[in-house]
Amino acid sequence: MTDASATQPNPSSQLRDIWNQFRTHKGALFGLITLGILILAVLIGPYLWVPEKLTVAEAIKLKNQGPSLRFPLGTDQLGRDMLSRMLLAGRVSLAVGLVAMVIAIVFGTFIGILAGYFRRLDGPLMRLTDMFLALPLIPLLLVMVMLFRDRIAGMIGPELGAFTLIVFAIGITSWMATARIVRGEVLTLKEREYVLAARSIGAKPNRIILRHILPNVVSPVMVAATLGVAEAIITESVLSFLGLGFPPDFPTWGRLLFDGLQYMQVYPERVVWPGLAISLTVLSVNYIGDGLRDALDPRIRGR
Amino acid sequence: MLDAGPAPLVQVRDLKMHFPIYAGIFRRHVGDVKAVDGVSFQILPGQTLGLVGESGCGKSTVGRAMLRLYEPTAGQVIIDGDDVASLPPEALRKKRPTMQMVFQDPQASLNPRMTLAEIVSEPLDEHTDWSRAQKLERVYELMDQVGLNRRFVNRFPHEFSGGQRQRIGIARALALKPRFIVCDEPIAALDVSIQAQVVNLLEDLQEKLGLTYLFISHDLSMVRHLAQRVAVMYLGRIAELSPSKDLYARPLHPYAEALLSAVNEPDPELAARRKRIILKGDVPSPANPPKGCNFCTRCPKVMDICKTVKPDLAEVEPGRMVACHLYTSAAGSTGAPEANERNQQGETR
Repeated sequence: MTDASATQPNPSSQLRDIWNQFRTHKGALFGLITLGILILAVLIGPYLWVPEKLTVAEAIKLKNQGPSLRFPLGTDQLGRDMLSRMLLAGRVSLAVGLVAMVIAIVFGTFIGILAGYFRRLDGPLMRLTDMFLALPLIPLLLVMVMLFRDRIAGMIGPELGAFTLIVFAIGITSWMATARIVRGEVLTLKEREYVLAARSIGAKPNRIILRHILPNVVSPVMVAATLGVAEAIITESVLSFLGLGFPPDFPTWGRLLFDGLQYMQVYPERVVWPGLAISLTVLSVNYIGDGLRDALDPRIRGR
Repeated sequence: MLDAGPAPLVQVRDLKMHFPIYAGIFRRHVGDVKAVDGVSFQILPGQTLGLVGESGCGKSTVGRAMLRLYEPTAGQVIIDGDDVASLPPEALRKKRPTMQMVFQDPQASLNPRMTLAEIVSEPLDEHTDWSRAQKLERVYELMDQVGLNRRFVNRFPHEFSGGQRQRIGIARALALKPRFIVCDEPIAALDVSIQAQVVNLLEDLQEKLGLTYLFISHDLSMVRHLAQRVAVMYLGRIAELSPSKDLYARPLHPYAEALLSAVNEPDPELAARRKRIILKGDVPSPANPPKGCNFCTRCPKVMDICKTVKPDLAEVEPGRMVACHLYTSAAGSTGAPEANERNQQGETR
C-alpha cells in the first residue's frame, strides 16, 4: 500500500489512506454499518412503517401484546405499536446523543487546549472545570430546564425547544472529563521537540495548536467522545424520566426503557428492545471511534 | 587575532537563563536554577563554534535561549545586527528565518502525523505566500541538498531510519535559507556510522551555503573535526574558549584538561601512555552553585582564592580565553586589557 503511494512523486491525499486503513478494521466497519442501518431506520422507518389508526377502545383491547405480524415488537400498556415508537424514539435519542457529544467534545477540547497551551489560562480554566465537576448535575439541569423551558418552547416550539435545551444541558455538563484529558495531553505535547521546532520556525500559536497539537490529541478525545454518546443518551432518559425532558408522550429510547421497567418481570422484551438499541448505538460508535483513531495514526496505518 | 577579520555574525553577551523554583503552599519564588549564568562568545560568519561540556551543564539551554525558544533572563544575543533577546514578537518572527535549529532527537523533533513534504514545507507555509507547486519545488530542492530520495515525499517520520530523519530535520532548518544554525547535539542519537554521514553533510552544507554553526555536542572528537573554535562549558559558565587546535593540543583550564583526557586515543601506544584525569565528586546543583569558581569543588588544582572569587573569562594567550585563577593571577596582566570588551561576566557576581 505504501509503495504504491510512494512511487508517485506528488503529495497524495491522506483521506484515501485513512479510508483504506479504516476499512481494514473489521469492528469499525461493522460499527459503521450498524450505525448506518440504525440511522437509516430511524430516518425513513417512520414513513415505511405507519401504524394503523386505532380507536381508544381498540387500543385498550390490544394492550400488552407479544410480537406478531401485525405488531412486530408487540404493543405497550396503552396498546401503542412498539416498533413505530422505537423508530420515532431513535430519531431523538440518536440526535441527542450525537449532538450533545459533539458539543461536549468541541467545548472540552477547546477548554483543554487553551488551559494546556496557555499557561496563564490554565489556573482559571481548570478551576472552572473543577467547579462544573463539583456541581450536582441533576439539580443544575432541573434549574436550567425550569428556568428556560417555557421561554425556549415559546420561541421555537415545544419539541424543538426541549431538544435544544436538553442537548445544550447535556453538552454543557459533560465536557469536563474531555477538558481534563486534553489539557494533560497538551501539557506533554507542548514540550515535544517538534513543537519547539515549530516555534523556532516562527509559527504562531494557533498554527502550532492546529497543526501539531490537535492532531496528536485525537486518540484520547476519540475515546472520551465515544463514551460520551452513551452517557448523553442515558442522561436524556433520566431527564425525561424525571419529567424534565421531552413531554411524556414523546418517545425516546431512554423513555421507553423507563416505561418498560415497571413491566419488566411480565414483559421483559419491552426493556430489551430499547436497551438493545442503546447498546448497539454505543457499541458501534465505540468501534467507529476505535477504527478512526487507528486510521488517523500514520504509525499504525499501512501495517 | 581571530577578531581582526570580518565582523562576527553572532555575538552573545552575558547571556543568563535562570529557571525560577517555586516551593511551598504559596508557590513562593525560592530560588533559581542557573542553567546558564553569564555566557559570552562570538562566532564569525561561515565558522563553527563547538560547545562542549557534560550533561546538564547548560549547553542546550544556551542554544535554545539564543533562538529565544526560552526567554533569556538577561544578556544580549546579537545575530546579524539585531538583538534577538529583546526583539518584539512580530520582529522576532520576521527574524526567525535567519536562525534555525537542528534538534537532538530526530524522532521527537518530527511530528509523527505529518509527511516529509508537510514537515519540510512548514517553514515555507509560515514565511512565504508561495503556491503549492513552488513549495513542492523547494521541498524537492532541499531533499536533493540533504540527500533524500525524492520518492520519500509522502512518507511519515516513522518510516525513516535515524539518519534519514535527521536529514529531514536539517532540510527543514535549511528551508528558509538561514545564515546561522544551532545544531543541538544533532548526532547524539545516531549510530556511529550515521554520525559521520550527518557531520559530513553539515560540513558540505556549510561550505556550499556559507552557514554559521553553533555545534553543541558532548562528542569531543566530532567537535574537534568540525569546529574552528571550541567553548567548554561547566555548570552554566564557559570555562575555556579557545581555537580548537590549541585546545585539543594543550587545554588550559583544569576542567577542559580533565574533559579532554577522556577522549579516546586511536593509537594504542599513545593510549597506554596517556594518563586520564578522573574527577572526584559530583557536579554541584545549578540551583546552588559554589560561591567561588563553579569548578572549585572538583578541581585538582584548587587554590584558596577559587573558593571565594568567581574567575572571569579572560584572554590569557592570543585567541584563548580561560576562566581560571591559575592564569589570571599569573598572566592576567598581559591578557586583561585587550579582553575587557568581552570580559563582562565577572561584573555580575
